[in-house]
Amino acid sequence: MRRVSLNRLSAFNLTALAAGLAFLYLPIAVLVIYSFNASKLVTVWGGWSLRWYAGLLDDRAMLEAAWMSLRVAFVSATAATVLGTLAAVALSRAGRFAGRTLFSGMLYAPLVLPEVITGLALLLLFVALDAGRGFWTVTLAHTTLTMCFVAVVVQARLGGIDRSLEEAAMDLGCAPARAFIAVTLPLIAPAVAAGWMLAFTLSLDDLVIASFTTGPGATTLPIRIYSEVRLGIRPEINAICTLMIALVSVAIVAASLATKWAGRRDDTPAPL
Amino acid sequence: MSRPRIFTRPARLAAILPYAWLLALFLTPFLFIIRMSLSMTAVAQPPYAPVFDITAGWSAVIEALGQLSGDNFALLISDSLYLFAGLRSLTVAAVSTALLLLIGYPVAYAMTRLSRRWQPIALMLVVVPFWTSFLIRVYAWINILQKDGLLNGALRAFHVIETPLAWLATDTAMYLGIVYSYLPFMILPLYAAMEKMDASLIEAAADLGCSRLKAFWLVTLPLSRPGIGAGALLCFIPVVGEFVIPDLLAGSDRLMIGQTVWLEFFTNRDWSVASAMAVVLLVLLIGPLLMYEKMQRRALERGA
Repeated sequence: MRRVSLNRLSAFNLTALAAGLAFLYLPIAVLVIYSFNASKLVTVWGGWSLRWYAGLLDDRAMLEAAWMSLRVAFVSATAATVLGTLAAVALSRAGRFAGRTLFSGMLYAPLVLPEVITGLALLLLFVALDAGRGFWTVTLAHTTLTMCFVAVVVQARLGGIDRSLEEAAMDLGCAPARAFIAVTLPLIAPAVAAGWMLAFTLSLDDLVIASFTTGPGATTLPIRIYSEVRLGIRPEINAICTLMIALVSVAIVAASLATKWAGRRDDTPAPL
Repeated sequence: MSRPRIFTRPARLAAILPYAWLLALFLTPFLFIIRMSLSMTAVAQPPYAPVFDITAGWSAVIEALGQLSGDNFALLISDSLYLFAGLRSLTVAAVSTALLLLIGYPVAYAMTRLSRRWQPIALMLVVVPFWTSFLIRVYAWINILQKDGLLNGALRAFHVIETPLAWLATDTAMYLGIVYSYLPFMILPLYAAMEKMDASLIEAAADLGCSRLKAFWLVTLPLSRPGIGAGALLCFIPVVGEFVIPDLLAGSDRLMIGQTVWLEFFTNRDWSVASAMAVVLLVLLIGPLLMYEKMQRRALERGA
């Protein structure tokens, strides 16, 4: 029988893949390289230098925004992980229950819903409740958005694990909550961790929802960067962006290594 | 075999907290958007009327309902600016989705042809940019596209052009930015659909005399349809309401809906019109959103 070479890469395949990846990475690479540019002109190469990173240390507004963003991201990602994991457990283990369709609808819609809608809607709620806008309103808004991403990542994982393990634990006398903590939770731990990281980076990244729900004194990093970018390119922006990219890359590599070392075969689809 | 689903009851309890959260912070706000879209603009802080006070009891609620007005929607219809914004959003989203499919499909297809050892690595390489900030990725393009930026520099170095071209504030720049930002959203579902494909089907097609191209057309493409649908919706819906990319990369003469919502809200401080725009955007998207929701639910519950 003639074997069709399924795993053979044609020249066309290889070109497509290489071009696609180059397209994804080239702009980021340019940004990173130019953040080390000594020249004040963003477009002229003046040799390697760390001066823009040093300059960041004097930029109090930028540092405060970064600190605000990190706090919002940490608190909202943690809350979102708890809520999202609970939601995923409910959707994959609870069978049918009243209002299930509405529940899953509310859970999946924010994944694609344009952020201007979510942001405006949440702002109107906060105004109606007369909540002082600032750290907590942004955190609540980000929790709402990111818990949906956590739920999807964890639910995908819950669908992939062998349920007979949970059932065996309960046959052996575990209470459901105990079986969940002793058996299910360790099995879904990589997905829960990935969910937390996704929530953290999404919160760190969000401009639109934060702009709507924030108040005076609670400027997040993307809001700060956005207002600077609108005024024109500054080399310091390249530096802060490079730092953010580095932070995220290190976290992703660490997470994937941790999963590998844990020796678990992770069938979880890519977080999306 | 029907196994006892002993987890069922405690798992239902797990739904309570996230359910309540979403009802309070996701569903309720939409009622506020709808109400606001029917309110009058007023010079006040916050800038709208009437104030709707639930604590004032039912009579006040009914009175407030009487004050609702369709003026904002009448304004949206009468002013062609808003109509054009809607049309432009849909056009941009459709063109972007088509471009994304054209570019994403060959990449995803090539990924499935990699050996088992390389596939996870390629997958990771596609996912990593998705994790890096959206804003940063759009900003990276400003570096490249500005008048004395790298693109013009490269083109002049190779004598393709003599004088630098204006790339920023054009639709070309905006499409570049959109394709760049959303490419992982297109590649991942396509890859997921094609990766599951049974290789023997293509062998069978080849055994039956199909050329490679024909086998692709008759077998691979139809089987990757769920991925195409997922990728298209995952890109189309958010692009319709996109704000950051057109704001930073496209010209300011023609706006998309997301930009008009932003402009009405932050610049004109007209919350009612901004809400009316948001309602229009939501109505435009309700069809695709329901399709997406159904698809997502099916995909995630298949394993459960």
